Amino acid sequence: MSLWRQLTRGLRVLTQRNESDAELSADLRDYIDRATTAHIANGLSPEAARRAALLEAGSATSIQDRVRSSAWENAVENLLADLRYGARQLLRHPGFATVAILTLALGIGATTAIFSAVNPILFEPLPYPHADRVVIVWESRSDGSPGNPAYGTFFGLTGSHPRSIELATVSKPWQPAMVGTGEAERFEGQRVTPDYFRTLGVSPALGRDFAPSDDVQNAPAVAVISDRLWKRRFASDPAIVGRQLTLDGSLVTVIGVMPAHFENVLAPASDIWAPLQYNPALPFDGREWGHHLFMLARLAPGASAKSAANELSTALVPLTQTYAKGYASSGGPPRGIAVHSMRDDLTANVRPALLAILGAVLLVLLIACINVTNLVLARGSERRAEFAMRAALGAGRARLIRQMLAEGLLLAFIGGTLGIAIAWFGIQAIVALSPVDLPRLSAIRIDGTVLVFALGITTLVGLLVGLLPALHAGANDPQAAIQESSRTVARGHHFTRRILVVAEVAISLVLLVAAGLLLRSIKKVFSVAPGFDQARLLTMQVQDSGRRTIPGPSSPANDRANSDALAGYYDAALKSVRAVPGVEAAAFSSQLPLSGDDDVYGVEFESLSNGASSDAAFRYAVSPGYFEAMHIPLRRGRYLDERDKPGAPVAVVISESLASRFFAHADPIGRRVRLGPDAGDPTKPWSVIVGVVGDVKQTGLAVTGDDAFYIANKQWQWFDPAQSLVVRSNGSDPASLTREVKEAVWSVDKDQPIVRVATMPSLVATSEAQRHFAFVLFEIFGLVAVLLAATGIYGVLSGAVTERTREIGIRAVFGASPSSILRLILGQGMALTAAGVAIGIAGAIAASSLLATLLFGITHLDPITYAAVTLLLLGVATAACYIPARRAMRLDPTTALRHD
Amino acid sequence: MPDTDVIQGTLDLLILKTLSLEPMHGFGIARRVEQVSRNVFKVNPGSLLVALQRLERAGHIDAAWRQSENSRRAKFYALTRSGRKQLELETADWSRRSAAVARLLKVEA
Repeated sequence: MSLWRQLTRGLRVLTQRNESDAELSADLRDYIDRATTAHIANGLSPEAARRAALLEAGSATSIQDRVRSSAWENAVENLLADLRYGARQLLRHPGFATVAILTLALGIGATTAIFSAVNPILFEPLPYPHADRVVIVWESRSDGSPGNPAYGTFFGLTGSHPRSIELATVSKPWQPAMVGTGEAERFEGQRVTPDYFRTLGVSPALGRDFAPSDDVQNAPAVAVISDRLWKRRFASDPAIVGRQLTLDGSLVTVIGVMPAHFENVLAPASDIWAPLQYNPALPFDGREWGHHLFMLARLAPGASAKSAANELSTALVPLTQTYAKGYASSGGPPRGIAVHSMRDDLTANVRPALLAILGAVLLVLLIACINVTNLVLARGSERRAEFAMRAALGAGRARLIRQMLAEGLLLAFIGGTLGIAIAWFGIQAIVALSPVDLPRLSAIRIDGTVLVFALGITTLVGLLVGLLPALHAGANDPQAAIQESSRTVARGHHFTRRILVVAEVAISLVLLVAAGLLLRSIKKVFSVAPGFDQARLLTMQVQDSGRRTIPGPSSPANDRANSDALAGYYDAALKSVRAVPGVEAAAFSSQLPLSGDDDVYGVEFESLSNGASSDAAFRYAVSPGYFEAMHIPLRRGRYLDERDKPGAPVAVVISESLASRFFAHADPIGRRVRLGPDAGDPTKPWSVIVGVVGDVKQTGLAVTGDDAFYIANKQWQWFDPAQSLVVRSNGSDPASLTREVKEAVWSVDKDQPIVRVATMPSLVATSEAQRHFAFVLFEIFGLVAVLLAATGIYGVLSGAVTERTREIGIRAVFGASPSSILRLILGQGMALTAAGVAIGIAGAIAASSLLATLLFGITHLDPITYAAVTLLLLGVATAACYIPARRAMRLDPTTALRHD
Repeated sequence: MPDTDVIQGTLDLLILKTLSLEPMHGFGIARRVEQVSRNVFKVNPGSLLVALQRLERAGHIDAAWRQSENSRRAKFYALTRSGRKQLELETADWSRRSAAVARLLKVEA
């Protein structure tokens, strides 16, 4: 009731100020009249009575003021008045207003854009119910690092019914090709165990989820598709459930469609899911022991990742004994089981970079605030007389402070509104720039949280920008200010403005050091030799869409026939590509360096005691001519060639790092190994090492761990259905060959999807996308910071010269040479810069350690970077000082002396 | 000259008490308070109008322009139900406090 009255009465006053004022004064007049009447009744003359009544009551204006200001709407009215006044001030000084608003808009916009990118990754929970209970389960490798689990591990662990796990699932990437209607298309998808969606806590919007009976070998092939694919490829067909698709040459029935809001964080591009259908008998030489799966689990309520890891590690021990052979075939049993929160795991890689970027953009915002504060302060010295006048007319100190705060808020809110528009563009740029492995890319957008954030920082910025000028305005002694002639320097302002310039220089130095360190790291990374010659190389992946698959159940004879058919197809395709004019060399490989491929198998060396396996090494099943096409140097022995065909003794080429680790200075040629599924199985035959080649960077230029083995693709146990083609052009631009090479492949079979077309230099560049992403953003921030700092220095010095015009004139009259005046002003600016640089270096030393994970080949204390950045800043500062200094030097003494 | 300001915080109570007899205009309230207190309290119109606005917005009193004697219009204030309750509360509170102060003074003496 009373709240309602407060509101309605207040609003009535706000909307009908005149009427409510009239009512109040009528009430007051009535009071005075009655008091006068009372005095007359007591025997005073009418005039005397009136005087007495007025005297007792006091000033009517001040009474009305008291009544008015006691109500809440008065504060609103004051604020509105302050804002109106502020807006008039801005309109009267459009130059100042434009610069200040744009500066703040840039700062707020950049901060909002970065926040919207990092918020879903760093701060928001994953888009699943009870997302904190969703974990990723890893095998711990012998060196303690997390490794992908094998199906055997998953099957064994879930079979032990761990109490801390409610549901668990494994998945692997799957790229089925759909042929039949129209152009062959390859989908991104996943093979999953039946509980995949239930573990995440989502269920299909249409149709049904996977059932355990779907995940049985040779069960009818079924698939669930994404809402995206359903809309794009099947025109939201309501009868999609039950429809059959031809994927990789076999018929698959669609059983469900996921809801539109389902965000598949683990593999965001996935559009189709099918059961994994691995063999629960866990044959030790099968893919069931390959470490290539992703295991997700939903913790039981109350269980922690730590307790789950303990329980699963204990359950693993008997498994490693029961399935010793299986584990030996793929690099040995894991040391234990690690359980990580899914969000932390997905974001662990990008977290340091994103936090550094967030920190950097906040520094940019701070510089923007400082710059605008400086501008407002500069205007403040012009407005001293105005403030003094207002104070003299009765505006209290609080009133003046409020006025400045309101003006700060006004600037900030105009800037913030513009900033949100800038953020919208910034987000597009961030998404375009972002490294491919940035998780939750689809969740980057301006939403409610981002708007609240923008509102919050805008308010904060407004208060920050208004605060110092407000304190200065409030601190003025009106009498002194009015008496002061305008040439007298407002010392307080100046001291504050100088401090602010020092802070600007210091912050921009920190940002520039970070940008410089990243620049140097990037240069160092790209100067790492990848182990092959990336120039003139074109790469693409050719997929077999299953046309040659011989129908019927899997049998050794059928598998062999399938492999032969595939090998025949790829032979023909290679021949056709090599015949394209402009192609110098071409070859196939099961995986490409620096492409994100990560295919590893165990290696067992005969020379090692009792057939122990080495850790996993990268496996390349290659066609003859691969080393020659890639320019991978031969260190010993020979390359693989046409001699290494089915039936011939299996030949292996190993990497230099593997050779030096296991054979030291001995000659590895002729030594014997067992590879992949055969490793550790004494019943399997040995293969022979025929050559040693130079190390090749597989995971990243900055990553060591180059152990690798190469085997002829026809001598590997199966023929990989997807093959990466490398083509070296004899011209300069390999990309120009794309069309001809694709057509050459399609001339053999037009139904084979060709994907991942990229030149090798662009693959190499993409492999460093995260570092590059951070680098580009830091470069931009550094540039903005230095520009703002330069304008800050310029503004302060320029103001100082104007204010010291008379003094400079006197100096000139008394014989100061123009160069000594130049030195005087330059020296003043450089002193500020030097102070900023000194503080900035200390700050940079502390702050840059946060960048450690992004640096390569240098420490965060790299002296070259610090020296270069300091020089750069000093140069920019000198330029900013020079313009006002030159103006001072050229002052005509007579004019200067007359300057008021 | 003796202090005739209304004791801090008691003006509301005095207004409510005065209005509990009958609706009154501002001057009437001031006059009544002064008379009943035998001029111990003098009510300043500024404080009075602020207090009346506050009480009106709190819902303790209603205000309406009415014809008064010799056809002059005046703003009349009247106690509402919630105002009556508020008066009881504040009266009880005041009695408790003043009794406590009186006891303290007695002990001191």
